[in-house]
Amino acid sequence: MKPLLLWSDLLIYLLVLMLCLFFLRLRGDPQTREHWRRVFSTRLGMVTFTLILVYVGIALLDSLHFRRALEPVEGTQSTERFYDNQVTSALDVMLAGMGERFERTYSSPFALISFAKENMKDENGALYRDFPQLEHAGRHLATPADRWTDVLKKSITALIWGLLISAVVVGMQWAFLRRSSLPWYASWLTQTAVICLAVWLVLISPYYHVLGTDRGGADVAYQSIKGVRTAVLLGTLATLIMLPIAVTLGVMAGYFKGRVDDVVQYLYTTMSSIPGILLIAASVLLFQVYIDLHPDFFSTGMEKADARFIALCFILGVTSWSSLCRLIRGETLKISQLEFVQAAHAFGVSHSRIVTRHILPNVVHIILITFVLDFSSLVLAEAVLSYIGVGIDPAMGSWGNMINSARSELSREPVVWWTLSGAFFFMFVLVLAANLFADLVRDAFDPRTGSRVATA
Amino acid sequence: MLIYIIRRLFYAIPILLGVNLLTFTLFFVVNSPDDMAVSQLGAKYVTPEAIQLWKEKNGYDRPLFYNPDAAGSDSLTETIFFSKSLRLFAFDFGRSESGRDITTDISTRMWPSLAVAVPSFLVGIWVNICVALLVVMFHATRLDRWIVFVFVAMMSISYLFYIIGGQYLVAKTWRLVPISGFHAHGQFWKFLILPVLVGVVAGIGAGARWYRTLFLEEANQDYVRTARAKGASEIRILFRHILPNALIPILTGIVVLIPSLFMGGLLIESFFGIPGLGSYMLDAIKSQDFAIVRSMVFIGSILYIIGLILTDISYTWADPRLRLD
Repeated sequence: MKPLLLWSDLLIYLLVLMLCLFFLRLRGDPQTREHWRRVFSTRLGMVTFTLILVYVGIALLDSLHFRRALEPVEGTQSTERFYDNQVTSALDVMLAGMGERFERTYSSPFALISFAKENMKDENGALYRDFPQLEHAGRHLATPADRWTDVLKKSITALIWGLLISAVVVGMQWAFLRRSSLPWYASWLTQTAVICLAVWLVLISPYYHVLGTDRGGADVAYQSIKGVRTAVLLGTLATLIMLPIAVTLGVMAGYFKGRVDDVVQYLYTTMSSIPGILLIAASVLLFQVYIDLHPDFFSTGMEKADARFIALCFILGVTSWSSLCRLIRGETLKISQLEFVQAAHAFGVSHSRIVTRHILPNVVHIILITFVLDFSSLVLAEAVLSYIGVGIDPAMGSWGNMINSARSELSREPVVWWTLSGAFFFMFVLVLAANLFADLVRDAFDPRTGSRVATA
Repeated sequence: MLIYIIRRLFYAIPILLGVNLLTFTLFFVVNSPDDMAVSQLGAKYVTPEAIQLWKEKNGYDRPLFYNPDAAGSDSLTETIFFSKSLRLFAFDFGRSESGRDITTDISTRMWPSLAVAVPSFLVGIWVNICVALLVVMFHATRLDRWIVFVFVAMMSISYLFYIIGGQYLVAKTWRLVPISGFHAHGQFWKFLILPVLVGVVAGIGAGARWYRTLFLEEANQDYVRTARAKGASEIRILFRHILPNALIPILTGIVVLIPSLFMGGLLIESFFGIPGLGSYMLDAIKSQDFAIVRSMVFIGSILYIIGLILTDISYTWADPRLRLD
């Protein structure tokens, strides 16, 4: 086994570290703590935050990559170890080989036979045409009629296991948090549901394809789970790349005014007047040409996909800073007129100190709100970009790629609906949780909405 | 007013120049004409002669910004920047990499695009405002909270699923309209219903929610209380008092939508097989035809700037206190 650190793995861990530090720093401020308390004092806040954490957790697990060592070939006397070209992650191990059970082609959820008829030979060597049995589904059954009772039995076992595990997990939290005034029980219920679902999926997937298989015979549930990492990473990384540009330019424009302001305004008007999708598409294409011309830079296909993915994040970040920049500029303009900034000027405090001590803390709420609001729109944008063909590399699992390859399947007869369902479900839950959480954060942190709620 | 418009148009020139410079840098400096030749010719036929030939044929065999070999003003005009980028200002888009005239392509493909985009845009705004006004009537009730939740849920569904779902339900299961395609004459509206419907429904979540916040902001103002105290009916308050006062933010929000028209157009046209500008773009992206992408970026930014100017003009209509000068 040889660990493999992709650039995006490094970035995702750095990101999580940075976010944790950011939150810890914010904790020191009593006002911010009060805002967060308002977010988490609602049941909705607890549930959505738990769900988001689950997704982040899956993404982190999926970012521990390694390459399996290959068995030495018989008869060769070499001390050198060879490694599999296939990159595996910790998540793959936890899912117990769910991604390695391939079928020939489509099969519906919990099916025992394939979706398409094939030519086969019976014992006497005569050709006949029928639906072949699946290789990795229902092989343990005596007769096909047992299927649903077997599924029910396995589900109940899984449910018991899931409840046991969640009892331990929730119990430990309960021991620490039972005196807290926050509605933790909402989070615990969500955790129980997620754990039960995960245990059920792991226990039942060796026997059935829970969400069926796609055209290439790959397990749809597995692919949908693999899309989580891409979505989470893209949603956070692109915003984090955009933040420094937007904040620096916005604060500079609002604080120094005059020429600087003119230049920054010109820059963001120019940027925002280009239709974003075209700019992104053009940039990604250029990067694609670059990769095609330098194929020797990357040793595995995964590394190439990874490079393209990071480039996509950069492009999304660099092309989307104009709206945040405009907001921050306006806010900085307003703040720099206030008395405390004037007083700081009168005392002869340096520009850099005024910006860091007096201006930045007062625009942090805008940054935070933008961060959570942009997350969901980036996840949705990924699907569209992948559909257009300028998104994630097909070698890397993503919901956009799944939708793209499944889009014409609804016109089949009988309908192949399950290939879309996995991507739809996982994407919908993540985006919905992120949207609802973003609303709560905005209501809590935006002074404007705060006053509105108070007067209403 | 006229002077204002002319001044705004002059402001647009440096912005368009910036857009041009940016796309030029992207297309020619980052990705040199040699790279383009290689990717267009395909790896098999790459010889220095073939690259040179391709560059000559497509007019890329000149220096980027400054041509020292040419005399006088030609040293600035005999360059790639002038011939490929600045000529866009005269709406001279030149030829695509496959040799077709981009200007004729765009002018024929413009109409199907407009036929889809304009109805879905207008109907979308109308539906969103109506739904939002309806929701405002139930403000601060349980129903209101659930409707907002439904809006957020609708926002959380990818545009792609709306298209796929719409095609499946309306066209395939109920067989009300054709699944895709376009016909320029006769019953062309048949092909337009579904794209417009999908565009409108997909926009309700975000749109109606946004208008709802706008209206609520107005609903807390003193004049609304006064109107209510006078005994005006709720309907009258909504349509005669709140709606006109919320027009300014509504108009501002509409400009923000123009770029998303592009995105929506791209997807809708490709799914429904409408031969408009969106599918033109998509084909260009897929075949890596940068000449078309460049022209479309230019047109897109012009549309955006025109949209901005139109909003400013419509402000004076929505708010008689405003004067542009």
